Amino acid sequence: MKKLRFLFLGIFFAIILSKAQVISWYRYIEMFRFESFHMFGIIGSAVVISALLMLLFKSGKIKDIDGNKIVPKEKNKGYIRTLLGGSIFGLGWGLSGACAAPVFVILGFETLPAIVILIGALLGALLYGILSKKLPN
Amino acid sequence: MDFILQPWPWYVGGPLIALVLFLYFYFGKNFGASTNFETICSIAGAGKISDYFKKDWKERDYAILFVVGLIIGGFLSANFLTPDKTMDLNSNTVKELTEMGFTNIGNQYFPTEIFSKEALFSLKGFLILLVSGFCVGFGTRYAGGCTSGHSITGLSSLQLPSLLATIGFFIGGIISVWLLIPLLF
Repeated sequence: MKKLRFLFLGIFFAIILSKAQVISWYRYIEMFRFESFHMFGIIGSAVVISALLMLLFKSGKIKDIDGNKIVPKEKNKGYIRTLLGGSIFGLGWGLSGACAAPVFVILGFETLPAIVILIGALLGALLYGILSKKLPN
Repeated sequence: MDFILQPWPWYVGGPLIALVLFLYFYFGKNFGASTNFETICSIAGAGKISDYFKKDWKERDYAILFVVGLIIGGFLSANFLTPDKTMDLNSNTVKELTEMGFTNIGNQYFPTEIFSKEALFSLKGFLILLVSGFCVGFGTRYAGGCTSGHSITGLSSLQLPSLLATIGFFIGGIISVWLLIPLLF
């Protein structure tokens, strides 16, 4: 039952992404054309506040609900995978505006198109899994 | 109540996203969204195709609940919480989109030209949605994260790979918006 808190957190996150227009296709066009501050303000302020939180996690001033130290996972360090993988993701993100969390939120707004995007994303993840050992790092 | 129904400015949205990250970590888990694509593949039986997906997805039951929450939250937002879907877009953005033939710009979240039934049931429209999803699924897994995992969690914990990934996100996004969309429309 404790895990239900993640269900509510998901609902909360979806409402934030919807209300702050983070799921809006037009907002991404503006962002990638560097013609609006909106998305940069959202991502920037989220990163700055999160960085302060990370300091508190690191120093142990904030522990998790069970009293354990909070340690964010270290990301895989490959240069090719982060730049190339990131660019491939960016291509898709710029086209439909559907990022990994928003695609689930968009299901509530534009159900059929979001299902097509989601099927594409699952096929993409599937192909990555199949090729994962052969791709350059 | 008024505040809930109005669009939220960036200085409300950004800090609230940080609050979600905080709660996610406080509840004992690493914040991110794109690993869920793999988890769904595992649940759907992709382990039969590749050992990569032979994972115990039950260990990620919390993440699946988060995804279910996202879907519920999306339906709630679409039907009850966003009566006003208009936005003040930059006039240059509007002008460029108009020249490409887009209509009703900024009066909705999702453009008719890509998300309407007519677009969805045309070959071009269907492929735009499917291929963009494919890039999102493949790219996030190859890069090891999306905007949540890399640009917010990774950047804020000062991880170099996340900076590279975020640069990649923008390279791809800029190619899409400056080259592909003008070519397609």
